[in-house]
Amino acid sequence: MTEPDHEAPPALLLEKASKSFGAVHALIDGSITLYPGEAHALLGENGAGKSTLVKILAGVHHPDGGRLLVGDRRVSFSGPAAARDAGVSIIYQEPTLFPDLSVAENIFVGRHPLTSGRRIDRAEMRRQTTAVFRQLGVQLDPDRPARGLSVADQQIVEIAKALSFNANVIVMDEPTAALATVEVERLFEVMRALREQGAAVMFISHRLEEVFESCQRVTIMRDGRFVKTSAIEKLTIDDVIRSMVGRDLDALFPKTQTTRGDELLEVEHLSSEGVFSDISFSVRQGEIVGLAGLVGAGRSEVARAIFGIDRRTSGTVTVGGKQLPNGSPLAAMAAGVGFVPEDRRQQGLVMDLSIDHNVALASLRRLRRLGLIRRSSERNLANAWAEKLQLTFGRMKNAVSTLSGGNQQKVVLAKWLARRPSVLIIDEPTRGIDIGTKAEVHRILDELVSDGVAVLMISSELPEVLGMADRVLVLREGRLVSELSRAEADEASIMRAATGQLQGSPA
Amino acid sequence: MSDTATRAPAPAPLPAKDGRSPMPLTGLIRWETALVGLLVATLVWASSESATFLNTTTFFYIGLNMGEIAIMALPLMLIVMTGEIDLSVASMLGLSGSVLGYLFQSGWSIYPAIVAALLVGAAGGALNGFLVTRLSLPSIAVTIGTLTLFRGLAEVILGTSTVGGYPLSLVKVGVEPIPHTHLSYSIGIFIVLAVVCGVVLHLTPLGRSIVAVGLQSETAHFSGIRVNRIKFGLYVLSGVVSAFAGILFTLKNSSARYDAGTGLELTVVAIVLFGGVSIFGGRGTVLGVVLAVAIVGCVNQSLTQLNEDPQVQKIVAGVLLLVSVILPNSRVALQRIRARTRRRTG
Amino acid sequence: MSTAVESPPPVVEAPVRRAEALLRARELGIVVAIVVVFVLTTLHNHAFAKSGSLQQLLTGASIIALLAVGETLVIITRNVDLSVGSVVGLSAYLVGDLFVKHPGMPVILGFVVGTGIGLGIGLVNGLITTVTRVPSLVVTLAALYIVRGIDALIVHGRRIDPISVPKSYSVVGYKAILGVPWIAIIVTLIVVAVGYAMRSFRSSRELYAIGSNPEAATLAGIPAGRRVVTAFAISGALAGLSGALFLAEYATVDATAGNGYELSVIAAVVVGGVAIFGGSGTVIGAALGALLLNTINQALVASRISAFWDQAIAGGLLLGTIAFDRWLSLRIARSLRSAEGARRDV
Repeated sequence: MTEPDHEAPPALLLEKASKSFGAVHALIDGSITLYPGEAHALLGENGAGKSTLVKILAGVHHPDGGRLLVGDRRVSFSGPAAARDAGVSIIYQEPTLFPDLSVAENIFVGRHPLTSGRRIDRAEMRRQTTAVFRQLGVQLDPDRPARGLSVADQQIVEIAKALSFNANVIVMDEPTAALATVEVERLFEVMRALREQGAAVMFISHRLEEVFESCQRVTIMRDGRFVKTSAIEKLTIDDVIRSMVGRDLDALFPKTQTTRGDELLEVEHLSSEGVFSDISFSVRQGEIVGLAGLVGAGRSEVARAIFGIDRRTSGTVTVGGKQLPNGSPLAAMAAGVGFVPEDRRQQGLVMDLSIDHNVALASLRRLRRLGLIRRSSERNLANAWAEKLQLTFGRMKNAVSTLSGGNQQKVVLAKWLARRPSVLIIDEPTRGIDIGTKAEVHRILDELVSDGVAVLMISSELPEVLGMADRVLVLREGRLVSELSRAEADEASIMRAATGQLQGSPA
Repeated sequence: MSDTATRAPAPAPLPAKDGRSPMPLTGLIRWETALVGLLVATLVWASSESATFLNTTTFFYIGLNMGEIAIMALPLMLIVMTGEIDLSVASMLGLSGSVLGYLFQSGWSIYPAIVAALLVGAAGGALNGFLVTRLSLPSIAVTIGTLTLFRGLAEVILGTSTVGGYPLSLVKVGVEPIPHTHLSYSIGIFIVLAVVCGVVLHLTPLGRSIVAVGLQSETAHFSGIRVNRIKFGLYVLSGVVSAFAGILFTLKNSSARYDAGTGLELTVVAIVLFGGVSIFGGRGTVLGVVLAVAIVGCVNQSLTQLNEDPQVQKIVAGVLLLVSVILPNSRVALQRIRARTRRRTG
Repeated sequence: MSTAVESPPPVVEAPVRRAEALLRARELGIVVAIVVVFVLTTLHNHAFAKSGSLQQLLTGASIIALLAVGETLVIITRNVDLSVGSVVGLSAYLVGDLFVKHPGMPVILGFVVGTGIGLGIGLVNGLITTVTRVPSLVVTLAALYIVRGIDALIVHGRRIDPISVPKSYSVVGYKAILGVPWIAIIVTLIVVAVGYAMRSFRSSRELYAIGSNPEAATLAGIPAGRRVVTAFAISGALAGLSGALFLAEYATVDATAGNGYELSVIAAVVVGGVAIFGGSGTVIGAALGALLLNTINQALVASRISAFWDQAIAGGLLLGTIAFDRWLSLRIARSLRSAEGARRDV
């Protein structure tokens, strides 16, 4: 492993950058120094100003103050193209590919290699793409359209794009949020390769274990300000959390022992052709069942089929003794099922609607009198749940898009808890939300099961699964391969099952 | 460059996609207020240009001229609210009139013929709805297709002939005011429908669901809202209402022709958009659409009274439409231009 | 780094290539459809294959095909241009009027002026769309009305008669070399040139990128605004040129010239395989789409099927095409997915 060379001049230096949007001070003191050959983590809770800082480096935002040096030159980016030309490449959390263009064109769009006569040289483009992929150690067909690539492969294309720019500063904004463990490993290998080539890699993640595994230095931000930069070995996870939150945190996973009741959710031989097959399990009253597995193993798809978002090909779903019809979320809801989906922005919330409208969205029928929505009941409902979940917000009338990720997740929870569900399916309960809110979400789930709700929880974060679940089901390639009790489940046993290194797996 | 490129979570107070207030019914009703101002201005101008403008006959004619367009605008507005579009409304008007005329000519009595025309409307709407919801086809392409198809079927049914001779009692409905009022029957029906639409859209669970579908249909689906059923229902409604407008149109002119109302679809769309309904769905009010109908009706009528070339109406309609969408966006646009020049010079 | 990478795994390639082949087969499919319609009609009515009739096929499709080229550029960027029909009308009349007033004017100037008029309107459309961020559907709908209104004011009930159009100009509309009409040659040259440019130049590939993912395009540093304005300008210019060709072909122009063309053009573009929501499709496909629609029109006439069926069949065909496209894209998606699966299993 190459150690970062601190004697060399920094590859990038940002000092006291500030940025306001109207009255909102998104960034007050953004400072970070990146050296060639280092992996540098930028940490902070949501709303700490990380994204704004990244967008300044990307040339998307123009800072109001402060200075930015790339190499030893002071720069002011006029736009994303300028940042790119200066050797700064950004890999966004959600890959920004062009689905209709080929993989190779995605990498070279706007700067295709040209022949004489300024025509695009396709052969050269394909050759260079293949070369970059080889350098990364991946297999992708340069000629296939980007449409239909998995998220992991899309990220690989983004990284290839950055590489082909000869970028010496590569910024990754939560690249692992949507990746499964194996894919994360591959990404870290790529990061290592990049560092060996002398690039500075900046990395944002909410998964601290990953940061400690792969980075040499960390910079911590809080409330739009720089807090500190430190070598990773001088810190513990607790130190980092304290600096991020500005206070000590209670135990991350509160777990009250509850008494199990009847089986509320029974899934039998559930299949969806080509996605998953023959899934059977049940969830009891007062129990959290964790659904683990690699991304692409079919976890979210199983949840969607249970709730009726997707139709199932065969099998039955029974809630409280009543069998659910196929493909009807409304029937599932009537039977007492709630579903907090994976993607809060696309599936959980109507971003432009107000907080109270969002909370009421799944309860509209219950709020009507003589066919009309009672506004007072709607407001009361929203206020009651906002209080209960300790929602931080300006006004109820504000669009949910103005809230932080954690508060948005609370609104999604409020929307479903307002229906008083007996079964709650929750997909990635804490993805992309800050540590403070994470703990609150876990406490809410804990309270729910204490009240006798049956919870089916899908999570890509193993510590969360291990901390919260009473039982863990492991899916691999659309099949249920293992069921582990709380005592049996640990990282090793889950990963073994998820990756198929299981002896004596149930047939 | 642009600030739409900033993906959330930037706390920047980004404007709505088309710059209108993100929450039309909360706080100040901005666009509708502007429309009221514009309506008053139109009336003042029209009456200053022609002393005879402000009388009841004028308003009867406005209603008579705008009635069918106004009626078709309501279901179309609801469809646009869900983020879809229906360009086949005017063709359905023609098809329904043709069916009515053909059946009447073939010896049916008038009421069964009317019912049949309405059923054709429902079937046509169901075809649109099926293609859009079941096959997930883009509604703009689907309804350009059914626009051609419906008009073509009308032509097949009626050819170049015209059919008249409807019972006098019904023709009266087309050309006389509602007794004791100065409203044409068509505009009276429009007002009733507008009230119903307004209540449904703004006060009921169905209306809230339509808004949610228009803003984010996936979230709506995940919240137990039957997105496809709502869209399908609205297309059927649009078909039936357009067919109904076709019957009124036929009675008004006392004749059925296959090419009745050709090209009106874009007029109806223009009125809906002028009324402040976002083409992306989720934003708009029935009040806005009603005001848009009133303004366009007054402008056209006053231009007619002034003996202006009827084509001037088109220019005015186009300018109104353009101004109505540019004005709310102009602040943002100016900011952007300023920021750009600053960056270039600085 | 792993060394196993050297040889690309063959499992990935096959299904993906097949999917691509399906996409490429689009143009071929339309050609086959044209041939099938042609042959079937000829079997029914031998006169259909006569050279005069063939010329009519090409001439009749030319203007819509040329408009479809410009429209394709705009639609690829996830916009739409509804003003093309009005631009054709205005340009045709103004060029004709120029010949009336300056009978000795060089013929080529007619085409230049027509193109220039369209270019101006296209630029305005593009600038308003990009600067104000108002959806282009709304902007160009307004432009449709305004331009048509201005046209009607200028025309003022007059018309251009064949007698005013110089012979050397209208020759373009009816003369043929080697059986191919001039107008078709001009349009074909433009289609091929633009089609080649769309494949081979950076800026044209950027149009696809903009339509495929607008946010990503801005992040990638593509000057999206400038590109979209260019697309509208080209669409306008080609519409203006189409107007000049309209004058040459029909030699009679009144205020209704080009009325309703916008929807025929979009129909041709969609039949030609251009995705209505941007990002994919070819200019050549769109032009072939126009040719197919015209061939079917003429075939109906030649088959002595009542001309009344004309529109109905065109509408049905359009619906069939988009439904087929949907089916095809689902199949492609499935084959890509299975390719993915295959790779994962390796």
